[in-house]
Amino acid sequence: MTINPKAKLEETQDGTVVYNFDPLIVKSHYEIDYVHSYAQDSEFFKALGRQELMGSKCKKCGYTYGTPRGHCMECGSETEWYKLPNEGKIHAFTTCYFGGEAFLNETPFHLVLVEFEGVDSLFMSRIIGVDTEDLYVGMPIRAKFRRNLKLNPTDVYFVPKA
Amino acid sequence: MKNKGQDVYMISGGVTKFTKASPEADFRLRTKKAFDYALNDVGMTLKDIDGSVASYFSDHFQRQLMSGIMAQDYLGLTPKPSKRVEGGGATGGLSFQAGVEEVASGRMNTCVVYGFETMSHVNTWKGNEFIALASDTNFDYPIGGFYTGYYAMMATRHMHEFGTTVEQLAKVSVKNHGNALHNPYAQSPMKITVEDVRKSPMVSYPLTRLDVCAMSDGAAVAVLANEEKAFELCDNPVLIKGIGTGTDTMRLSDRPHGKVILLPNETEADYKNLKYPGVHSFRAGRSAAKEAYQSAGITDPLEELDIVELHDAYTSSEIQTYEDLGLCKYGEGGHFVEEGKADLKGKVAVNPSGGLLACGHPVGATGIMQAVFMFWQLQRTIKKHFKDDALQISNAKRGLIHSHAGTGTYVTATIMEAVK
Ligand SMILES: [Zn+2]
Repeated sequence: MTINPKAKLEETQDGTVVYNFDPLIVKSHYEIDYVHSYAQDSEFFKALGRQELMGSKCKKCGYTYGTPRGHCMECGSETEWYKLPNEGKIHAFTTCYFGGEAFLNETPFHLVLVEFEGVDSLFMSRIIGVDTEDLYVGMPIRAKFRRNLKLNPTDVYFVPKA
Repeated sequence: MKNKGQDVYMISGGVTKFTKASPEADFRLRTKKAFDYALNDVGMTLKDIDGSVASYFSDHFQRQLMSGIMAQDYLGLTPKPSKRVEGGGATGGLSFQAGVEEVASGRMNTCVVYGFETMSHVNTWKGNEFIALASDTNFDYPIGGFYTGYYAMMATRHMHEFGTTVEQLAKVSVKNHGNALHNPYAQSPMKITVEDVRKSPMVSYPLTRLDVCAMSDGAAVAVLANEEKAFELCDNPVLIKGIGTGTDTMRLSDRPHGKVILLPNETEADYKNLKYPGVHSFRAGRSAAKEAYQSAGITDPLEELDIVELHDAYTSSEIQTYEDLGLCKYGEGGHFVEEGKADLKGKVAVNPSGGLLACGHPVGATGIMQAVFMFWQLQRTIKKHFKDDALQISNAKRGLIHSHAGTGTYVTATIMEAVK
């Protein structure tokens, strides 16, 4: 047992950042690394390294998905992996001049929803090698892949079809 | 709806002025101010309240979990029953409906729904990043994580599908910012032109800064009661005539391309070649409207609604929502605003308050704010609360409030009706 009435916290020089005194506004820092599992979506990200785009096909009703999902939204059955074509068309597009903080340094960038021949649903991606004025609904585009993977969906991106 | 339960009335409301940042009060004090305003307006006290619903969206914005109980505690409502309801941008609409259900079920005779959000504790771009976490973090967020970008893609598709123009989008901004000139609670009232909107900095093509709502600090409170309590506590309550809720896939890319869900005033022949909802329309909004109209007995919304307060987080989504709500046919939304049908003195006043574009969007408070403004409209007490009656829709009898999440993932529609 230690009873020490003279106990004292050690002083530090950390201090804090103060923005305002009335009301008192201070800086509060927060940072975290997640252990993120792609779980049943894992195959999509692994396939990017083989330069393949994988979607899903419902085993029961045959609905095909341009973005994979483990179970079918139409009938609730399990899906199987389904290789998508590396070419498609622009279904919708935009150019982002601002973005979330994590992506601000990449602006401006173009976003597209891609439709694939014979596939029931779409895929969201970026397109490069074009200006906003060049983009139109129906524009033929082609998938390209990073050689050094980040293992996120930016490993695939689109360019205008030659 | 199979069983609507007991009739539910709104009997009072309160709103704080929405601002970019209000560091002098935290969410508890802001909520308390709106709460006291609502209670004082009808002379209620804490003992008149059976329970509550807490409406707030994000735990990230303040890095405070369980904010709901902190508000409940601060308001002096412990140990009464309460719960938090959350559903992105539709949090307010969903919470309001949860409050209606508490009373309709007979569990509570009176229920307070309080909504709040504090978005000023992070910078705008970090805020946009947090909001984008409300998209699929495996597939959508890493591509560019930006909600305005998602809405901009829906806008370009709407333009392609129906010939909607950027000027038509801008008209929504002009209308809503202009209405707010007479709303003392609004964050950004503005007298602007279509040209001003188009010359404003581009955020995501085709949406400019003035096509997009702002982030806000704010709170709003609605008090609900059954018939007996409503008329005991309030001499001018407003009936909640019907509620509806719809949902859709989290990812835009998963939206089907099928058949239009028809309202009573539409036929299949209206939409022979339209693939629905695609990314040009909100199936959840249509589903919500359909259920709400069914429960309220509405068959011709344009004729039967006097006011609509809808979730115009983007000018494009206001146009898309006219169509989802059946105020016009799919594809006619651009013309609807262009022809002045949504104006204060138009066919149906849409966002007479100024909507999210001009009032601001403190997420959890937004849907409750719409309920409060609609309540005052249908009570015909706008002058009393705004100190200005320019926005009072004369003889307003029936209104619809519409709350909307994600890229149209949760949508609520609630029909309110004047009793007097
Ligand atoms: Zn299926």
